Amino acid sequence: MIDNTLIFPVIVHLFTAIVLLFFWRKTVAQRIISIAGSLIAMLLAVRLFTMVWNDGIRTMQAAGWDAPFGITFVADVFSSMMVLLTAFSGVAVSTYSATGVARGRMLYGYFPIFHLLLMGLNGAFLTGDIFNLYVWFEVIIIASFVFMTLGGRKAQIEGAVKYMAMNILASTFFLTGIAILYGITGTLNMADLSLKIGALENRKLVDITAIFFIIGFGIKSAVFPLYFWLPSSYHTPPSAVAAVFGGLLTKVGIYALFRMFTLIFIPDDFLTTLLVVLAIFTIITGTFGAVIKNNIRRVFSYLIVCHIGFMVGGLGMYSEIALTGALLYLFHDIMVKTNIFLIAGLIRKLRGTMNMDKLGGLYKEYPLLSLVIALVLFSLVGVPPLSGFWPKIYLFEAGFIDAQYALLAAIIVGSFATLYVIAKLWAKVFWKDQPELPDGESLRDEFKPLNRFRKSLLVAPIVFLAAITLYIGLAAENITAVAQHIAHEMKDVSPYIEAVLGPNVSP
Amino acid sequence: MLPILLLFSLFILLRGHYYPGGGFVGGLIAAIAFVLHSFTNGTDDTLKLLRVHPSAFIPVGLGIAALSMFAPMLVGQPVMTGLWFNEPFPVIGLIGSALFFDIGVYIVVVGVVLTILFTISQYSE
Repeated sequence: MIDNTLIFPVIVHLFTAIVLLFFWRKTVAQRIISIAGSLIAMLLAVRLFTMVWNDGIRTMQAAGWDAPFGITFVADVFSSMMVLLTAFSGVAVSTYSATGVARGRMLYGYFPIFHLLLMGLNGAFLTGDIFNLYVWFEVIIIASFVFMTLGGRKAQIEGAVKYMAMNILASTFFLTGIAILYGITGTLNMADLSLKIGALENRKLVDITAIFFIIGFGIKSAVFPLYFWLPSSYHTPPSAVAAVFGGLLTKVGIYALFRMFTLIFIPDDFLTTLLVVLAIFTIITGTFGAVIKNNIRRVFSYLIVCHIGFMVGGLGMYSEIALTGALLYLFHDIMVKTNIFLIAGLIRKLRGTMNMDKLGGLYKEYPLLSLVIALVLFSLVGVPPLSGFWPKIYLFEAGFIDAQYALLAAIIVGSFATLYVIAKLWAKVFWKDQPELPDGESLRDEFKPLNRFRKSLLVAPIVFLAAITLYIGLAAENITAVAQHIAHEMKDVSPYIEAVLGPNVSP
Repeated sequence: MLPILLLFSLFILLRGHYYPGGGFVGGLIAAIAFVLHSFTNGTDDTLKLLRVHPSAFIPVGLGIAALSMFAPMLVGQPVMTGLWFNEPFPVIGLIGSALFFDIGVYIVVVGVVLTILFTISQYSE
């Protein structure tokens, strides 16, 4: 069936970017177009999700070449959910950027690049072809390089060099893995690969190929021992950019891991053990980093690493319950991580610094705003009944069933460390009084002089994302139903394969 | 030289579908034409000749290429399917949506190359 609708989220961002290029020097028009483009994309994403949720998996064969020869685009519940969450973040970040990003950056193409990045993300979520996935990853990293260096401060260039080096390495591993896969199976279509890999006799070869993908995606999503580039590069770009990076970019790696290891490589004991061990170390190292750092954004960067471990651990346990937990965590994490970086940016606007030792007294000055922020922070910690709590229940349950006590211990340590860090942050930044600053330093408040409209543009996205987080927490049964559905699809991939290749191919 | 090179670049562009050539190469040749013009007459003269700054070409070209990609959608075909007119045009031959993609690429390449080179040359002057 010819069905172009599923590619619309990609197209919208492409056209928004092109239209934005026509308004290269006109920053006001750019802001309006960007927000409008993101809103349209969000509507389309909602439509795509409801369609997939009601009618099942949708596919599109690009240019009419049938799978497995042409490039297939597939929207199952997992990918359309990711597109939906991306669209929410996109709306929030482009609204925030309208005042949160310096005019100089907008003059050098901030918004077009932002939309190309979102296009790449949506493409990566929707593609059903592994080489096409690689191409979308390239689109993403090219856009993100520009994003990181935009502004040209020395620290930014330094962060970008690390980021670029690691990502090129990751891409090389990924590409090598694809080459080997193509060599042993002769196909690049994910559904077709799933069938052919399953039929292969030489399991050792499959394991080794899988390791290429673990390394490639592991670097991108900052899994131990390849995480160190993330904290050292994510604190350099402006907060709106860091929000996209922290919320979405590492999660593409996670998405790809989930896709690869549920559809193509069905993990055997070796791979699951490997993933669990990696997850444990990721959690522990991320925790240590988060506990000792003092700059808010660096703390958040290490928390990303720590929480990536939760998801990889869920994948490693590989039971339906564990996958449900990991997916729930993924959904919750995208919303919350995007939001906390926006919050970090807002704190910087309010006070001109992100060093916790120099901050204080925000609660006294902005009680309502602080409550919203508290809601987000406590969701991150996982205080029941907020959104971080439910996935952990599933992860614990799965851990007890599978007797993965080391991973359980790591998750508990990670959770408590998150609690400690967030409590410290809350106490220092919001509760305690504004500390005395050393001589010669003063706080710069960029928030006060803004007019009401611009203030609301900064605060509205945070409230919007907080509302979604609250929804995930309070209406957990809806989200859990989605996650369970996806986990079920992951365990039984035949609907996916049938949707792509036609009804008569399943083994 | 300028008209001859431009004409040649158009020839390369149109030849592209069945023989070596196409939008990218054609665009480069057209860009070379303008660069040579700027060598002899100075960058400012070339910019005057172009009337608009070359960076304005980029979105136009991108737009044409993207539209050619999504045109099949309007007639109910999957994205990126090649569409062809039934009647061959005089001189050029059959025209399909691939040609419009190539024209888009051509314009983008001219825009990008000239933007980069002119920015450098104006900066160093």
